[in-house]
Amino acid sequence: MQQRRDLSQTHTNRVLLNSQLNTPSWWLPTVILLGIVVIIGWVVIGFILNKGLGVTGLSRPVFWGLMIVTFVFWVGISHAGIMISAILRLTQAEWRRPVTRAAELLTVFSLLTALLFPLIHEGRPWRAYWYAPYDFARGIFPSVRSPLVWDPSAIGTYLTGSTLFLYVALLPDLGNLRDRTTGWQKVFYTMLALGWRGNPRQWKLQTIGGILLSALMLPIFVSVHSIVSWDFAVTTGVEGWHSTIFAPYFVIGAVHSGVSAVVTMMALMRWLWKWGDFIRPEHFDALARLLIVVATGWLGFTFLELIFALYTLEGPELALREMQIFSWPWNVWFIVFLLTGYFIPVPLWLFKKVRNNIAMMFWTSILVNIGMWLERFFIVVPGLARKTPFTFAWESYKPSPIEWFLLGWSVAWVSFLMLLFARFFPLVPLFEQKESQVFTTNVKIGRASVPAIIREQE
Amino acid sequence: MSSKSVLGLFQEPEPAADAMDALAAVGFERGTFDVLTGTPYPEGAFGEHVPQHRLFRFPAFGAIIGFMVALLFTAATQIAYPVVSGGKPILSLFAMLIIMYELTMLSAVIATVVGIIFESRLPNLKPGAYDPRITEGWIGVVISCDDERVRDAELALKSSGALEIKHA
Repeated sequence: MQQRRDLSQTHTNRVLLNSQLNTPSWWLPTVILLGIVVIIGWVVIGFILNKGLGVTGLSRPVFWGLMIVTFVFWVGISHAGIMISAILRLTQAEWRRPVTRAAELLTVFSLLTALLFPLIHEGRPWRAYWYAPYDFARGIFPSVRSPLVWDPSAIGTYLTGSTLFLYVALLPDLGNLRDRTTGWQKVFYTMLALGWRGNPRQWKLQTIGGILLSALMLPIFVSVHSIVSWDFAVTTGVEGWHSTIFAPYFVIGAVHSGVSAVVTMMALMRWLWKWGDFIRPEHFDALARLLIVVATGWLGFTFLELIFALYTLEGPELALREMQIFSWPWNVWFIVFLLTGYFIPVPLWLFKKVRNNIAMMFWTSILVNIGMWLERFFIVVPGLARKTPFTFAWESYKPSPIEWFLLGWSVAWVSFLMLLFARFFPLVPLFEQKESQVFTTNVKIGRASVPAIIREQE
Repeated sequence: MSSKSVLGLFQEPEPAADAMDALAAVGFERGTFDVLTGTPYPEGAFGEHVPQHRLFRFPAFGAIIGFMVALLFTAATQIAYPVVSGGKPILSLFAMLIIMYELTMLSAVIATVVGIIFESRLPNLKPGAYDPRITEGWIGVVISCDDERVRDAELALKSSGALEIKHA
């Protein structure tokens, strides 16, 4: 499957550093446009904080709405980074090379975005520091028995770990940028590169360190979405939430949406920066094969969750499922969720022509994330919205325009951060691309010439 | 007696490996000279000294520290302010394990990153002779030596096919 391309290191530098050394003409207008949306978003957030959560559609009994759905969605997207980067690094999958940094970056920025939503949702973000055991004088500490304390500890660990992982893997490329720049840029990259020279000791530590960090990040990656799922699963009073399979179900769903987001991002990188030599159809093909397996596992969990809920034959649980699947308008959204999350993209990915067609991969990956956002909506809202005994006030939840705007804003915010990062740092790891050239050779077998990868014993 | 850094630049790995041998042959100790590349090469490609490291100790040390801090945080704070919530015991093991797990892993990751930077001998404030072409595919063989031995180093590098010599 690997197609060997002979690319010189000078060519690799010129093409992959084109965003840092010669900013493309589309970059500034796009950043300004996104920047305007971002500023409006911050003003809207300020408005919510000033007026209170009454400006949202949240109302008794639905107190967890779009902001919590969007929080879970972005935590899910963040699982792209470690899934792609760590697992592929550990298994020494050759096709990981152009993908890893974009995936790690997506992890960092989607986690930063995810963190914003519970802060806005709590209404008083200036008291967020109450999550930390800050005040020994007053003797008031957060209850570690609350899932709302588990969340910040898991996401904080994942965000810190992912950021450090990203930085360590950037060191050789920062050295490269230092060598290619002048003036204040040179000073900036020199400071960040910490005096990187590229001797055998530094390369060895880079390789072993990458594998070690991958091994450490993997258990964190599994724990994060498990803990997010326990926000719901340890709540006993809401039908549809108290499920024992939520942890693996959330993790596999996160991988499905995260890897799809990486596909979206890679297609954009290939088109915008014209990196056709580096991000090739074979990479999309490999990601689509991975997605078929992940998506099918996720679909299995989706039906398992439903089957175990129905198997109890408990009235409230049956009523909830009836509402989700058969009542207007939930039934329409349920069909859209299944179609976009699985039944349109996965059958298409079975065809090699689709897997190698970057435009098709781009649109199908977007479909998956529409479906995965709807999945989170179906988990969070219906259980709360259903009319239950002893609840004397209820109404269906209608998200306000402000909440819908914030959902769209979050996409603009992540794109804005990505573009800013891309202006100063390479999105494809240059040293990994060059390593691939050094470690790949053509072997003649009979009359065929086959690319072969040299692999060192660690 | 001042020390100088001499850099020989090569375009192919083979002459760079020859230069490493030539420097050893004229009496320079292994460890005083090094090879600089813009990408990882297979270990021993230049006949270089295989670097030893203690990176694996760092995550273990970090994990132990993180676990102890987490134990203190989860146990001591709950004992200091004992509020029964949800009928759970004050020291609820399942809940404590979650926080302890996260803090243990966080500390292990931070210690690993510190280890990678420390064992890579970074930050390197006195980098010595260097050339930006190294990150364009050229290979540098760099040696630190006394003034009086600079000539020997230059001869060894040139005789092996160095295309350029630089000093710092």
